[in-house]
Amino acid sequence: MDTLRVLIVDDEDDFRETIVKRLNARKILAEGAASGILALEVLATKDFDVIVLDVKMPGMDGIETLRHIKKLKPEIEVIMLTGHASVEFGLKGMQLGAFDYVMKPAPLNELLDTIGQAYNKKRGIVL
Amino acid sequence: MERNYRKLWWQHCLAIICFSVIPLLFVNFFFYTLFDRIYTEKIKENLRSSAENQRDSIDLFFNERIAQLFTVANTNTFEELTNETYLNKVFDIMHAKSNSYMDIGIIDNEGNHVSYVGPYYSLLKAVNYKNEPWFNAVKANGIYISDIFKGYRKAPHCIIAVMVREKSTSWILRVTINLKNIDDIVQKAWLGHFSDAFLINKANQLQTRPRFGGDFLETPSLPEFTTASLNRPTYPDFSSIVVTKVERRVLHGTDAFYAATPISNTKWVLVIKESPEELLTPLQKGKYWAIFLTTLGLAIIATGAALFTNALINRIKETDRENAANADMLLQANKMIALSKMAAGIAHEVNNPLAAIAEKAGWMKDLLAEEDLAASKNFAEFDESVDKIEQHVDRARKIIHNLLGFARRMEPAKEKISVNNLLEETTGFLENEAKYVNIGFTKQYAENVPVITSDLSQIQQVVLNLLNNAIDAIDHDGTITVSTRYSEKTDEVEIAIADTGKGISENELNKIFDPFFTTKEVGKGTGLGLSISYSIIEKLGGKIRVQSKVGEGTVFTILLPKQ
Repeated sequence: MDTLRVLIVDDEDDFRETIVKRLNARKILAEGAASGILALEVLATKDFDVIVLDVKMPGMDGIETLRHIKKLKPEIEVIMLTGHASVEFGLKGMQLGAFDYVMKPAPLNELLDTIGQAYNKKRGIVL
Repeated sequence: MERNYRKLWWQHCLAIICFSVIPLLFVNFFFYTLFDRIYTEKIKENLRSSAENQRDSIDLFFNERIAQLFTVANTNTFEELTNETYLNKVFDIMHAKSNSYMDIGIIDNEGNHVSYVGPYYSLLKAVNYKNEPWFNAVKANGIYISDIFKGYRKAPHCIIAVMVREKSTSWILRVTINLKNIDDIVQKAWLGHFSDAFLINKANQLQTRPRFGGDFLETPSLPEFTTASLNRPTYPDFSSIVVTKVERRVLHGTDAFYAATPISNTKWVLVIKESPEELLTPLQKGKYWAIFLTTLGLAIIATGAALFTNALINRIKETDRENAANADMLLQANKMIALSKMAAGIAHEVNNPLAAIAEKAGWMKDLLAEEDLAASKNFAEFDESVDKIEQHVDRARKIIHNLLGFARRMEPAKEKISVNNLLEETTGFLENEAKYVNIGFTKQYAENVPVITSDLSQIQQVVLNLLNNAIDAIDHDGTITVSTRYSEKTDEVEIAIADTGKGISENELNKIFDPFFTTKEVGKGTGLGLSISYSIIEKLGGKIRVQSKVGEGTVFTILLPKQ
């Protein structure tokens, strides 16, 4: 089984870096990107299984980034991360092809569960 | 902004009354005046014809007398009539069918009373009439009817004299009229209780006795009902009129109709006086009826105006209340929008740092688990602190979640709730407040109530609203009973909140869950509380019911599904 590769896209440095560290500590290959544009740049060179994408970011926002990702690499599963606690953004993301949405701040376990489910879906495993 | 409904009521009411009453009074006044004029005309007309009828009767009487005298004078000779026995016989015949005459006399060309039959024989037999005014008048005209005069007999009387030419000489037949005949005719005009009729001559002297005072040859004077003046006011002088005259006059404070008509034979004038009180009785009645009907009309108009205005003012009040409620709602909605914007902003700004804190704490926890820090003497403290940080982050997260929930009415949260605890906590908020108005809480919680999954804060909001309503309904001195029950069959938890308040009428019971329905004063309640409660419970998959009896109290029952 390949290592699960996750890209965390969030403009909040402390949050992003810490979560990357924590995922890495759980044997997940995680990387961070501070903005939508940086995320697309990283995507151009690397492949990921799951992307965790913050909805609200300066510059290109999560929804916009999601569109580009789905255009670029539609096979990657995207989990929307919303600090807005707004269902609308989550739902809108799902309409655009996101796998799920998670409310910020979410316990890591919850996020890991969702990442796991997304990975399974990508690999075609139905639980 | 409170309208002055009382002032509005009066303004409206008076406007209606004014606009209805003015035409009513105008019409009534117009018709009354018209009626009055026509009726008065009619009375005058009647009076005129009555006066003329009497006049004709008097004329007829005199014409007949004259005709009879001519007959007697021309069918008997002077010789025959100077014989008093014969004259007596003739007088008896004349007198047979009527008692029009008092006496009869024959006077020769020289004025000598040659024969006489009647009661004044001794007084009159020797009289010579040569120098009397009537003697010359009859010699000049051939016929003479006198005014009332006293003459030799010193008693008021009226004579008719005719002159007869016989060969070269002439003689005069004279009779005295029984005045009762004239009186009888004139008295027929005494129609009403206060009417009067009499005859006057050219000198305005009475020729008959009026009904109310006055004697022959006096100036006619008005009947005096007061003793204020010794000089009785006189009648208007009609003695010189030549045609019938009818008029209404107020003389010395007495209002009366007068009719006067000249009598052709005698140059007298018949005067009739009628009291308007009697003649105008129907008019007076009409006046009372008009006043009565007008008053009735006014009463109806006033009542109608009051009722109509009441209805209108109530409508306005209701509209005002609705407007106030709408304004309240708008205010509430604006507040909600502002609040939800703020909440969304806070959520974003606070959630991001919170997420960072949570992750940092999580990372620390990860590290604590990994390394052999477990051996450190403060490991337990670290571990506990990190746990606490996570716990409080979670708490803060919930607060923000609730804030958004309040502002946006998001999807209901799913929490495990002990209903009994929730009620205990919620009643706790209000117990102190209720104590001041002497309202006590009775709690009857069932032991077997399970933990349910629902939205705590929303249920709390509903319960709080119902409890507040209960306190409002009781006002003071009463009991609120909060009870729970679990129905295994339907798997539902039942919360009942019963008050001993004033109750809700059946009519209002149908409407209490309607938005904007309120029994509170304008501006005091939005009428939204129960409708929001209703929609919250519906959204949570539950039901809310109400039972009430006026004067006894109200029970609200909430049924919540376990899941």
